Amino acid sequence: MSQDSPPVFQVEHVTYAYNNQIALKDISLTIRAGERLAILGANGSGKSTLLKILDALYFPQRGAVRAFGEPLTEAALREDARAFAFRRRVGLVFQDPDAQLFSPTVWDEVTFAPLHLGLPRAEVIERAEWALDLLNITKLRDRAPHRLSGGEKKKVALASVLSLRPEVWLLDEPTASLDPRSQARLLDFIGELTREGKTIITATQDLDIVEEIADRVVMFCEEHEITSDGAPHELLSDYDRLVECNLIHAHRHTHDGTEHVHHHLHPVSHRHAH
Amino acid sequence: MTWAGLVGLFKRAGAKSRLSDLTGALEQSLFAEEIARRKGLLQSLDPRVKLIGALAWLLAISWSQNLAGIAALYTLTLPLAAASRVPMTFYVKRVWALIPFFTGIIALPALFNVFSPGAPLVTLIDSTSPRVYLAITLPGVVTAAFLLLRVGTSVSIAVLLILTTRWTLLLKALRVLRVPQTFVLILGMTYRYIYVLLHAANNMFLARQSRIVGRVADAEQRRWLAASAGVLFAKSYALSDEVYLAMQSRGFRGEAQVMETLRWRGADWMWLAVFVGVAVAATWIGS
Repeated sequence: MSQDSPPVFQVEHVTYAYNNQIALKDISLTIRAGERLAILGANGSGKSTLLKILDALYFPQRGAVRAFGEPLTEAALREDARAFAFRRRVGLVFQDPDAQLFSPTVWDEVTFAPLHLGLPRAEVIERAEWALDLLNITKLRDRAPHRLSGGEKKKVALASVLSLRPEVWLLDEPTASLDPRSQARLLDFIGELTREGKTIITATQDLDIVEEIADRVVMFCEEHEITSDGAPHELLSDYDRLVECNLIHAHRHTHDGTEHVHHHLHPVSHRHAH
Repeated sequence: MTWAGLVGLFKRAGAKSRLSDLTGALEQSLFAEEIARRKGLLQSLDPRVKLIGALAWLLAISWSQNLAGIAALYTLTLPLAAASRVPMTFYVKRVWALIPFFTGIIALPALFNVFSPGAPLVTLIDSTSPRVYLAITLPGVVTAAFLLLRVGTSVSIAVLLILTTRWTLLLKALRVLRVPQTFVLILGMTYRYIYVLLHAANNMFLARQSRIVGRVADAEQRRWLAASAGVLFAKSYALSDEVYLAMQSRGFRGEAQVMETLRWRGADWMWLAVFVGVAVAATWIGS
């Protein structure tokens, strides 16, 4: 990705509130094709809302969003052709697989997007089989999603978007509730998408994965504004900012009989040395 | 799942005093679709044939004025169940174990001369001072028998349809009958998310169990149940929002589509003719 890549999303002064409770405040952001962006922020900082705005599920109450150079508005997407064209290019993986997996079987789930976006039946089948095979879950094909393990559900959720073959992937807390092996496989999968030149936008508070999944980070603080925008190594070494944004906290422990106080990368690892 | 079946599950789960048993029992009955996946007669038919056939039989039951006609329809469901590899004891018990309890209560007053005057069969009270006369009458017995047999046969047909048809295909068949799309969708989602919400309820129950010791007063139990119902409602509301967004995100525009393509085969036409023919015959006999 270079600065010459065309913009995928242009977010201009966007504000969004739920019943007068601000979720996003005057957000401006340009995301280019092939970019790997991590949206960092604590719970309730507005990351998920921004992803939903980028996926045209919510529309800003103030400000504007352009996708692929076109205005992304409710009125524009009322037209089936434009809505289908947009949805074929952008896929969102929800944080909660129980929200994402609503179909009776894994096969129905994986065929849902290409089927509803009007692809020919033969192509729907070919894409669904390909997605199941790529994620190595063909054996789950006739299973009911609600009877799967957490890791399997996440794979099915990914397959349900993969069958769409979108150019832009929006991932909401992709490692939440995953065991270490499933996390590692997920990161491998994101690596595959990167090699294919996809645009990957990940909302997360898992600092451990940021450097693996992103070349650029925007950070939200609890005021629902973007407070930083830069390279992962720059932002992750700014401890004061991470503490301010509730992404790390002071950690007190005893080691060799001496009490230490460190910044604590939350929730998985301790990145400190003695 | 019928009311009778649902109450049966609650009873079984109640006997074990565990909400988790209820979740398990419901999961087994509602979600396994184990019988619907067997290779049997009804499973091999197009769901539209079964749905239209079932509706024709239900109409025949409502219109029939003849007990023998309704009984004949019920009798015909037994070989159909056997040919569809539905365990016979399970099928019969599932319906008839609870029908007398629920429908019987409704039918009970109809037995007596107060509501159904006519020739007495059994006189229960006959006093002259004060004048009180209570008897079970022949028209009363006939009315109660009609009600029980109608409900029992209708529930049996519905159970047979549900047991032998995968839920997704049943929903698709409903669309053929011009059932509003929104209604079909809501049915589908309800089915899927009953499971998720049951798990949430179960977890709430376990979380509470882990924090209490000894017996809790009934009033306190009731308060907790009411509060839990409220929390569960809020959760289901939030989840329904997310699910709708997830559907929209993957191209849903109000018209649900299913991958399976339903095709009428020769056998489907034949069985449709049989089902409708039987319904017409039962109505004619009973008219």
